[in-house]
Amino acid sequence: MNVLDVEDVSASHNGVLAINKISFHVAEGDLLGIVGPNGAGKTTLFRAILGLQNYQGKIKLFGYEGSQYTSLLPMVGYVPQKVNFEQNFPATVYDVIEMGLLPKKKLRRGADLIQRCGCSWNRIFGESSKDSEKIERVLEIVGLEHLRDRRISELSGGEQQRTFIASALVKEPVLLILDEPVTGVDMEVQNKFYSVLRRINKENRISIVWASHDLNAISDHATKVACMNRDLFFHGEKEEFFSNKDLLKTYSESAMQMHMHNHSHEV
Amino acid sequence: MPADFLAYGFMQRALITGIAAAICCAMVGLYLVLKRYSLFGDALSHMAFGGIALGYFLNVYPIWTATAVSVSAAMGITKLRKSTRISGDAAIAVMLSAGLGMGVILVSASHGFTIDLFSFLFGSVLLTNLTDTISFLGISGGIIAVLLALRKPLLHFTFDEEQAKINGVPVEKLNYLFIGLAAVTVIITMRLVGILLISALIVLPNITSIMMGKSFRKTMAISVSLSVAATTSGIILSYPLNLAPSGCIVMILVAMYVGTLLARRAGIFSGKPLLREMQAGAREKS
Repeated sequence: MNVLDVEDVSASHNGVLAINKISFHVAEGDLLGIVGPNGAGKTTLFRAILGLQNYQGKIKLFGYEGSQYTSLLPMVGYVPQKVNFEQNFPATVYDVIEMGLLPKKKLRRGADLIQRCGCSWNRIFGESSKDSEKIERVLEIVGLEHLRDRRISELSGGEQQRTFIASALVKEPVLLILDEPVTGVDMEVQNKFYSVLRRINKENRISIVWASHDLNAISDHATKVACMNRDLFFHGEKEEFFSNKDLLKTYSESAMQMHMHNHSHEV
Repeated sequence: MPADFLAYGFMQRALITGIAAAICCAMVGLYLVLKRYSLFGDALSHMAFGGIALGYFLNVYPIWTATAVSVSAAMGITKLRKSTRISGDAAIAVMLSAGLGMGVILVSASHGFTIDLFSFLFGSVLLTNLTDTISFLGISGGIIAVLLALRKPLLHFTFDEEQAKINGVPVEKLNYLFIGLAAVTVIITMRLVGILLISALIVLPNITSIMMGKSFRKTMAISVSLSVAATTSGIILSYPLNLAPSGCIVMILVAMYVGTLLARRAGIFSGKPLLREMQAGAREKS
């Protein structure tokens, strides 16, 4: 059973067709890197999966649609490209991570659904962990223990991004969706981030979908690759993608352009 | 004794209703301020004025008509904003003038009753009778209980609506419920400071506490404390000085805000403010 199935999904953004009949799947333990230029529809695709966007086609979580899909959705962790929160919002790093915690009832319902389809929920923490212990653990995972009582607005962009990742992890997600998570973050933090990503993917078997322009990072860290620019052009093993010279040429060119345009018009 | 007046029933009722309103206003206000709805309270209070005039006109207990009118207006505007995409400030302007217009018409149409406009505009907390005190206490107890029970989803919804939605928070229902709570809060606060000064109680304690508290919980606790302190001292001071209590409360809140601002400039609350601001500036540029 796949964690996520996307079947013939089309969606518009501001009246323009942003994704066209896209189909792919995420199997348990996948670390899928999605490449595509700005405006390729990556964010629209993510928003459709997350129930924030209307679409045509089918999207399934563990084979479920409809109300069962909605019940499982809270177990998906999402880190958008940029979180627009009110400057000076009086919330500490701890507060923000705490927001990611799900009520026990929702977790139980989600876990039931996952079990019913014969899959397992790979948990990061022990089953009897208290909420406060979970928060401490994710603080450790993203390396922000020392900043736990600082206000989120006082943090640098990279630290904020790590806070949001921690907030997405604290619910022990069955699927983690990251939309260009390290845009505008320095190399050192990027490397730290990628090692966290690999660790939770390998050790905790959390399936991850991750949009990026950085082909080097994709080649280093992803297990599978998908390329899209409104349509899906490729979905498969990483090795297959990197041995396909035509694809690689197209996407490395667009990746180069990305760097020059400084990631400004993402849809 | 100089504080003999505290033994008067009207003074005690004023203090009790004042404190209840101050707590609700500070709590609801924090979410309003953070959602950039600061002036929403103002619009709601003008709606409530229309509702009160309606109550007098129909000879119904005005608190109920005020509640009905401002809650339904708040819901209506929220819906209108969603479906027609008019901007927030325009929606507030519509509500504000519609409420006041309706109130003025009803007041002028009914020559039969003498309605003290001045006390609605600037509050009349010293005139609170026992019925009002009891109903205000009940209402504010309810508001505080709901806000405490829903503090987690409300915080998430205020911080990041989309993420809250993904996590299964019923964002739309919560929004309507919250707007309803805000409308009722405004009604019980009107008596304290009047429709023209309500924004002060919603905004001032919160923008002051946001400068002081780091975590959300602390910020809210500080805001409630400031609001209660200002209300109590404002009411108590106003009597021997023979001043309007609403004005005193608001000016004490203003003084608290300015004082905190100056203290922060001097580096009392945030360590090295100048350095932090420079860092923040550099970050924004990059």
